[in-house]
Amino acid sequence: MQPEVTTMPALEVTVLVSVGRHPLTGRTRRADQDARGVELARSLADAQVRLLHAGMRDESSEAALRGYLGMGFTQLSLLEQPEGADVLPALAEALDATSPHLVIAGERAERGEGSGLLPYLLAERLGWPLVSGLAAVESVEDGVATLLQALPRGQRRRLKVRLPAIVTVDNAAPAPRQSAYGPARRGAFETTAGPVSDDEEWAAWQVQPARQRPKRLKIVKAASARDRFKAAAAKAEGGGGQVLTDVSPEQGAEAILMLLREEDVLR
Amino acid sequence: MSDLPRRDPRQEWIARNRLHPRHAEVLLAAGQGAASEWQGPNGLVRRNPHAIGFVGPNGVKRIDRSGTQQGAGGGGAMRPAAERKPLVEIEAPAFLVAVVPDMAGGRLSGHDRDLLGLARQLADADPVARGAVVAVIFGPHKETSFAEAGVDRLLHLDSPDVAGYAPEARLGALTLVEEAWAPRHWLLPDSKLGGGELGRRLAVRLGERPATSVWQVAADAEAVMGWQCTARGAAGSLDIRRPLSRVALALAECAEPVSETRHAATELALPQPLPSTLSRIQDLGQVSVDPSGVALSEAEFILSAGNGVKDWPGFHHAAEVLGATEGASRVAVDDGFMARDRQVGATGTWVTARVYVAVGISGAIQHLQGIQTCDKVVAINMDPGCDMIKRADLAVIGDATQILEALVTLVAQAREEKRDAA
Repeated sequence: MQPEVTTMPALEVTVLVSVGRHPLTGRTRRADQDARGVELARSLADAQVRLLHAGMRDESSEAALRGYLGMGFTQLSLLEQPEGADVLPALAEALDATSPHLVIAGERAERGEGSGLLPYLLAERLGWPLVSGLAAVESVEDGVATLLQALPRGQRRRLKVRLPAIVTVDNAAPAPRQSAYGPARRGAFETTAGPVSDDEEWAAWQVQPARQRPKRLKIVKAASARDRFKAAAAKAEGGGGQVLTDVSPEQGAEAILMLLREEDVLR
Repeated sequence: MSDLPRRDPRQEWIARNRLHPRHAEVLLAAGQGAASEWQGPNGLVRRNPHAIGFVGPNGVKRIDRSGTQQGAGGGGAMRPAAERKPLVEIEAPAFLVAVVPDMAGGRLSGHDRDLLGLARQLADADPVARGAVVAVIFGPHKETSFAEAGVDRLLHLDSPDVAGYAPEARLGALTLVEEAWAPRHWLLPDSKLGGGELGRRLAVRLGERPATSVWQVAADAEAVMGWQCTARGAAGSLDIRRPLSRVALALAECAEPVSETRHAATELALPQPLPSTLSRIQDLGQVSVDPSGVALSEAEFILSAGNGVKDWPGFHHAAEVLGATEGASRVAVDDGFMARDRQVGATGTWVTARVYVAVGISGAIQHLQGIQTCDKVVAINMDPGCDMIKRADLAVIGDATQILEALVTLVAQAREEKRDAA
């Protein structure tokens, strides 16, 4: 009789990584949100993390991708695609074949269109649920992940999602570790050729470096001279707020509490 | 008795005649307030210039020397500004432009208003065949100015399914809207408040390639939809000029908000009830975060202290109980009661809180600049004449220490009751 082995199957995590662009120098680098995603995957207990990239392989992109290898990986799966190709079919096929439990991606690419659509397209194509803007993965138990979603204004929301799922990483996720040079040099690329589909629309669009957006002017639409003068000489005024004079502290506090409740800021 | 007003020509004549001995009492009886002129105790004629005149239709004070208008007030009251705008009603729209605003905090944000302005631009481009703007609102809201923001039709979906974080249920609802009316344009805010996510989901479901981060839209006869747009790409480092797609996600300040017209904001209803979808994502609610860890510039609820605060431990305790981020005026920082990074105002941090409670802050102009974008300002102050009271939506005149104590007691009581009930 063989002893019963009750080992939990390891959580298979695939992180989609891309080539980033330094905002000042414009050089290629590991993309910030993708690196945060790799860090998030690294922090999961007993997870098998796999890196997946679809794109062109040349000198500068290889240097950027080695940045991810330097975070403690021996290899990176690379689906070779020509410049400006639609990487969706290749990625969907690769994910379908390996069927990981969790796919982690950044919110938006730092090069190209950067529309942030890829995770949504993948989720629709694979039929998996998608959770956007993650700050942390709290736990994964019995095929259900408890996630912490980052909201604006530093708030957090707790969500539960059934795996397999696709999640995107917010800038509020923990900062990525430094890329170590040695492992980055030693890491290997496992190159496969995927299906290629051209992105014709992208090729038809005019693309130029971003110019500064015009600052919005304060337009005063006044019918009379008095209104124009008032607008020009206006001080910041709430305009007819409620003033409570001669009230006991309790009454005042009650009025404030009512406003706080109405605005729903008390937790 | 008839309700017809009876004129008394003699009384009117006395009211006009400033030299008549009964002039003052007749004016008083006519209810025109204080007399502007009377004989003083020493026989001198006293005049009260403030009691003369009335406020004209444009809000300017006018003095009528004919004598018929004597006491204060009585003039034509100014109509509220909202009512003076012309009402635009579109009975049979040629097409629809659907907008799904974020409604952060239950109100239209500036971003939402810009988006509605853009929607109006798209809808009103052709004066012969005008479109209507439909706003789709999820969950309860507190907004009252949909008409002024440029909404022709309002679809309010308020079922528990679509409340909270329910992107899949909301997507289902939007798909129903698409089936029912097939809007020509879908506009959503490209924001972190849910609009960006919902818009991308919708575009993928409809099989459209959306224009994301759109910041400029211009008419172009050659483009597919008749519009050309400029969108940001590659983390904001590229400008992409492309034809506007059916689903567009626009940045803030993409267009001027509607300011000159009023619209109908007629309530719409979906032809069929929302299907109950089994969501694969379960919302467990918001997690309480440490308010002191939230950056002051993006805190939602700030309790700010100024020179009027005497009990500093009490203030810190109140901030902790209320779950508010602490702020301070310059005086409080200079006096060493608060850290420099907590200073609110022109020299400190420009805050964007939804609720800003100013405790003992009189409101220097630099401080008021720093809180310009706050939605609701509450002032607790001893001085009823200070500038902060004029800015505040709710002002309580009294001792800050006692009011904060009372507030803390009330909040603690409410929490206790809640716990007992649960």
